[in-house]
Amino acid sequence: MHELSVAMGIVKIAEDETKKAKAKKVTLIELEIGKLAGVEFESLDFVWPAAVKNTVLESAERKIDVKEGLGQCADCDTVFEIEHFYDSCPNCGSSFKGIIQGKELRVKALEVV
Amino acid sequence: MCGTCGCGSEENGAKILAPAIGKETHGHDHGHHHHDHEHSHDHHHGHHHHHHDHDHDHHHKTVLEVERDILQQNEIMAARNRGYFDAKGIFALNLVSSPGSGKTSLLERTLKDMKDKISFYVIEGDQQTLNDANRIAALDVPVLQINTGKGCHLESDMVHDAVKQLNIANDSVLMIENVGNLVCPSMFNLGEHKRVVIVSTTEGDDKPIKYPDMFHTSDICIINKIDLAPYLDTNIEELKKNARQVNPSLVFFEVSATKGTGMEQWYEWLETNAKLVPEDH
Repeated sequence: MHELSVAMGIVKIAEDETKKAKAKKVTLIELEIGKLAGVEFESLDFVWPAAVKNTVLESAERKIDVKEGLGQCADCDTVFEIEHFYDSCPNCGSSFKGIIQGKELRVKALEVV
Repeated sequence: MCGTCGCGSEENGAKILAPAIGKETHGHDHGHHHHDHEHSHDHHHGHHHHHHDHDHDHHHKTVLEVERDILQQNEIMAARNRGYFDAKGIFALNLVSSPGSGKTSLLERTLKDMKDKISFYVIEGDQQTLNDANRIAALDVPVLQINTGKGCHLESDMVHDAVKQLNIANDSVLMIENVGNLVCPSMFNLGEHKRVVIVSTTEGDDKPIKYPDMFHTSDICIINKIDLAPYLDTNIEELKKNARQVNPSLVFFEVSATKGTGMEQWYEWLETNAKLVPEDH
């Protein structure tokens, strides 16, 4: 259940940034999470209430921008959608690829008051 | 609340223990336990428009473009660990696998056979017990045990605390045995030079595609218990093919840690690569 560590990382960032901005609390948090980042969204939902309790995020609305996995073939440069790390290039069948999108795990923006 | 295990107090958090005696050497100090809730910013607006009968929000909403990586804290501490390893010529390996793949047996065998040639240090990660640290201490190799409590993986700050206490000599090899778990540890960089995933023939040949994240982030794949392969349906070539599909750059070693089969190639790799720190990693 590493999603709890992820949630605590989010709380830490929100607490830091809210303090820096001399604000009171967060009303909206925007996250960017890639489908290949290793986060189970259901697990994140499950741990969220416990993680944000008594923090600036307690009553914040949460928006997640889910990024699809995208790879670029190292052999023929084809850019293709990746659902699993073992997906091969649809053009030439090679397994050598760079992940160009889908590993994001980021706090994009906070709306604070 | 503790992010390692979700406990309400520090008591159940990660602990670093010395072998045998089981005395706690240092509590894992969670900096994140101390949330500062004193927000002294008062929103006293001197212009209360009492004649408005609709709900008017006087708080000014500000949007902060944060753009910060969520695992940033872990990455920063991992980078500190890595800098320390590089400066002292310490070759650090992060050993990951499912429980029961033979990580500790492989480690024991390696230490036993190579400790005259290489100066080893070990950090053992488990949820509970000092069993693994005691097994390593029996070989006269310096070791510390991190008990993560309910935590399912090691994080870089735990390793940082353990490394400080281990007082590692220059030009050594540090083996970090992660918590037996093929999922969570893949996300947490500990500052290691190489990540070594161990998979045993008893686990079946489709393990790499069932748990791709760990194989994707590893550099080395050790296939253990090859002596049992004749009795199983596992096809080692199929296992390697599946692993390569996830990560074509994986380097393989096929061994039996209990019988000693195939260990020579692994030792050769270990010796050669330990000498390359910090240049080539």
